[in-house]
Amino acid sequence: MRALLILWRRELALAWGGGGGPLLACGFFLCLTALVPLAAGGDPAGLRPVAGGIAWLALALSSILSLERLFERDLEDGALDLITLGPAPLELAVVVKALAQWLAVGGPLALTAPLAAVTLGLPPAHAPLVALSALIGGLGFALTGALGAALALGAKRGGLLIAVVVLPLFIPPVVFGAGALERTANGLSPAPALAFLAAYVLFAAVVTPFAGAAAIRNAQG
Amino acid sequence: MLTVSGLSLIRGERVLFRDFDLALASGEAVALTGANGAGKTSLLRALAGFLRPEAGAIAFADVDPTEARAKHIHWLGHLDGLKGARRAREELAFQAEWLGADAAGVAAAVDVLALEPLLDLEVRKLSAGQRRRLAFARLVAAPRPIWLLDEPFAPLDARWRAALGLIMQAHLDKGGAILAAVHDPLPVPARAVEIGR
Repeated sequence: MRALLILWRRELALAWGGGGGPLLACGFFLCLTALVPLAAGGDPAGLRPVAGGIAWLALALSSILSLERLFERDLEDGALDLITLGPAPLELAVVVKALAQWLAVGGPLALTAPLAAVTLGLPPAHAPLVALSALIGGLGFALTGALGAALALGAKRGGLLIAVVVLPLFIPPVVFGAGALERTANGLSPAPALAFLAAYVLFAAVVTPFAGAAAIRNAQG
Repeated sequence: MLTVSGLSLIRGERVLFRDFDLALASGEAVALTGANGAGKTSLLRALAGFLRPEAGAIAFADVDPTEARAKHIHWLGHLDGLKGARRAREELAFQAEWLGADAAGVAAAVDVLALEPLLDLEVRKLSAGQRRRLAFARLVAAPRPIWLLDEPFAPLDARWRAALGLIMQAHLDKGGAILAAVHDPLPVPARAVEIGR
């Protein structure tokens, strides 16, 4: 337990510090959501029905940015070897890394998302739901993102490969998250969509530790 | 402490060695020699569990390999695992504590390796020799009996090679064991094992 705490502190420091993880992700997210109205041609009313979808697409893309940092840097500088030799199983280390990624990137994005969604034309009353769904979805992004990052380990231009591996895996949370916002906009309860979103997170939480650890061991060999 | 029997390693298409045997006893240092590319690093990585051998067995005294790798093995390779952007103090604290050191152990390592003046510097500002000392500190800080070292002395000057020799001797005197891939002789009495012949 103590060891995992030590790793957790390091991962948070790395995610928040150098490379501007959260700031970069939030800045990228805001740029994307600001570009869409400009590209779609100044009719705010036309954007309103797809505002939730655009916000979720931007969330998914912004979540990919710092995934390369998650394992690739540690593989390059040998820290991954040390992490493998630690007292905690590699599977748990993968989870700790993904959770730190969630807190450092998913958290700030969940706080930024309502702002962008409201700018895109979503009613301000829906802002808390946007934040909540983005927070749940962010955990899913972090977990499957960690799996993608582990699978892309050691490949040349791994960053691009991560995006290609991970984006298809991000389809369900984008569908469910945007679905929750759409249901609310139509006066329905967002609960079923949120439940699907949570189910996705649970699925990712089961698959990522084992598949991620296996991918890391393979990359070390 | 460590017994290797009938080990075969293959990297890609190339057979590095077959039927390699080695026994490492408590208090013993073994200097692993061999030409460049003979498989010294690969052998060490296999012992540390990073590489899966083609055939053969690696056994640790009293413990199963997973347990040994989690608690008994120190690994110091070409890559030191230090993050350039972080301060030496933070990196040492993480590496040492992750591998099981307590605060007293870290303080002792800082003392023995004269790291105090370097602790507040970013790792990227350290020279290669200073980095190596910082990486070596985790071996002193966290008590683990089996040291697997890959070219541990390459960037160090004569004075620090001698100083590390004393640290290694102290480790051997406490019943530890050292397996080091080297080109120059180890600064402690060691049995030489050549691979790739």
